[in-house]
Amino acid sequence: MRVALFASCLVDLFRPNAGFATVSLLENAGCIVDVPPEQTCCGQPAYNNGDKDNARDIAKQVINEFSDYEYIIVPSSSCAGMMIKHYPQLFEDNAEWYKKATDFSAHCYDLVTFLHDILKITSVPVTYQGNITYHDSCSSLRETRVKDKTRHLLACNEKINLLELGNPEACCGFGGTFCVKYPEISESMVNDKIADIEATGADTVVSGDMGCLLNIAGRLKRLNKPIKVFHIAEVLAGMTGIAAIGDADDTKKSEPSS
Amino acid sequence: MKSKSHAFKQQAADALVNVSLQKALLNAKDGFIVKRKKAMDELPEFERLRTKAIEIKEHTLSHLDQYLEYFEQQVIKSGGTVHWASTTTQAQQIIVELCKQANARTVTKGKSMVGEEAAINDALEAAGFEAIETDLGEYIIQLANEPPSHIIAPAIHKSKQEIADLFKDHHKKYNFNSKLETIPEIVNEAREVLREKFINADVGITGANFLVAETGSTLIVTNEGNGDLTATLPKTHIVISSIEKVVPTLEDTSVLLRLLARSATGQEITSYTTFFNGPKRNSDIDGPENFHVVLLDNGRSNMLQNENHEMLKCIHCGACLNHCPVYSAIGGHAYGWVYPGPMGSVLTPIMQGLDEAKDLPFASTFCGRCEEVCPLSIPLPKLLRQHRNHIHHDKLNTSRSRLGLALWAFVASRPALYRPLSNSFIRALGWLGKKSGRFSWLPFASAWTQSKDLPAPAAQSFMSAWTQQQAKKKSSENE
Repeated sequence: MRVALFASCLVDLFRPNAGFATVSLLENAGCIVDVPPEQTCCGQPAYNNGDKDNARDIAKQVINEFSDYEYIIVPSSSCAGMMIKHYPQLFEDNAEWYKKATDFSAHCYDLVTFLHDILKITSVPVTYQGNITYHDSCSSLRETRVKDKTRHLLACNEKINLLELGNPEACCGFGGTFCVKYPEISESMVNDKIADIEATGADTVVSGDMGCLLNIAGRLKRLNKPIKVFHIAEVLAGMTGIAAIGDADDTKKSEPSS
Repeated sequence: MKSKSHAFKQQAADALVNVSLQKALLNAKDGFIVKRKKAMDELPEFERLRTKAIEIKEHTLSHLDQYLEYFEQQVIKSGGTVHWASTTTQAQQIIVELCKQANARTVTKGKSMVGEEAAINDALEAAGFEAIETDLGEYIIQLANEPPSHIIAPAIHKSKQEIADLFKDHHKKYNFNSKLETIPEIVNEAREVLREKFINADVGITGANFLVAETGSTLIVTNEGNGDLTATLPKTHIVISSIEKVVPTLEDTSVLLRLLARSATGQEITSYTTFFNGPKRNSDIDGPENFHVVLLDNGRSNMLQNENHEMLKCIHCGACLNHCPVYSAIGGHAYGWVYPGPMGSVLTPIMQGLDEAKDLPFASTFCGRCEEVCPLSIPLPKLLRQHRNHIHHDKLNTSRSRLGLALWAFVASRPALYRPLSNSFIRALGWLGKKSGRFSWLPFASAWTQSKDLPAPAAQSFMSAWTQQQAKKKSSENE
């Protein structure tokens, strides 16, 4: 099965290891992974700031670049939600592009849905061990709706001990540009999230969206908390050998491996 | 009240460092959520009811003129009068005039958010009437000279001690001097003060949760019973309502009622659900002699015809406030006008102007929980997004954010430019942050780094590393 990876701008720029982990999961399940080169971002920064014209331009570029693929995989519920739900909405007044966007969105999957529903994977490399807690991003709860699927995937590795948050439905306070428009409110929200994470006793927090991960890791590190932060692809693929998000690289090994 | 929504940013920042407010918000936070969840878990037909409720609302709104006229006919039939107010000023004038006609001195009021929207108290006081709020929460904030901070729990931001202090100051004139320590003591004193007001009131004003067209009834749900005393004891009962609250039949009303209390307070039903059907009839022992309904439009007819029409399905339960992480962090006053939280961030720009309230639609992470818990499934994030589109289109956002967005979009829509630029940027950032893994300060990211470190990226982007790896693979295959 040939699939295309849309890495997402935050994985591309901040956490290449999560991109390679995604490739590894897909290849282990027998996929041939293409990474179309003309990809930048899904367009959410423009879309969420009311700039529909630029959001449309970027959406068109993504649709054109990926239109030949049967399966387009995104290691982010937020970007997947944008591509699946919001791309068609962007072109509601343009019949030609509305059709293109709708056809395109039918081929888009967030990583968890694809692993669970299409590849139906039941095992993952059992190299990761530990007590983790999972932060459900808002888009994974309410757009791609993968809460249970995520648990099923994590349960494929018996060495993972999942300690659930007390308030798993709460937003972490990232919200794209929200966190820089309203840094004080965002701080208050992420503080609540961190208190919840700490209360589980987990040593690692995992999520499927880089935005949330940067936000949570950023606050954890500011508070000098030892809790580690990883993308779910890294944990499932057992690729947690490098420094966790926001941690110093003390392994002297910064090249990601595939 | 005059809108202070333009100062949202400052008000939100102040709210976050207001210790007593934060304590009150913390106490309130999970209560509503837990109670609502329990009530919904005990209602397996919730989704079915929700679908039905949406049908009822959509049907009613698409025939709103007809149902309003039907409602008016039925009110007239039962001996009451309906007054139509296009604007809040007209609503004020009508109510002041009715109070004058009743030779009123004291006017009691039940809780009404539409009354707040129309600033009825201000108008009554300016006209020389004594207007007394009789809902305990509303009474407390009236004494404090504050607007409500929540649409169903107006004084939720006040602590017990603050309330005791307010009563001490304001009840001296009624010869109440005892120190109030417990909640029952506080409630009892309010009850004694308000009882006198109920008995002496010449006019009682209540809001309406629903207007039932087929019977000409207005309906309120309360937990204190103050609405009933407000409506039945004075000679004149005035109901103020907005036009979208009309519902065709009693049957329809029962569907909405089953969702309302559960969504709002987690109750199956509120302590009192009262229907008012015109003035006292000859066979009635008590009740008002005059019954008036003031129907306020205030832009709602326009909303009906534009992209904001879905907001008119709102039954004012407050679930979107209770589940909003932004509301939970800052409380209601920061929003600056009558309606706070997600529904307020949709309504305030419509009613007070987009420029005045342009910060509100951005005070959301688009987490979507509001839409999820809304008993009418109002797409609040979508409505907020529409405001954002207009703000951007009308250039009401700051030139700095427009410039940033334009630069980013210029680069992001040109992969041939984006790739080398982002690669060199990341290489530099990755190199700088290699040692510590994070940045505690960055010149272009101070809004982030004021409270969070920025995790350092790896020195090479995924796309660049991938391309390199593929090229290596290819060359080794060729060898």
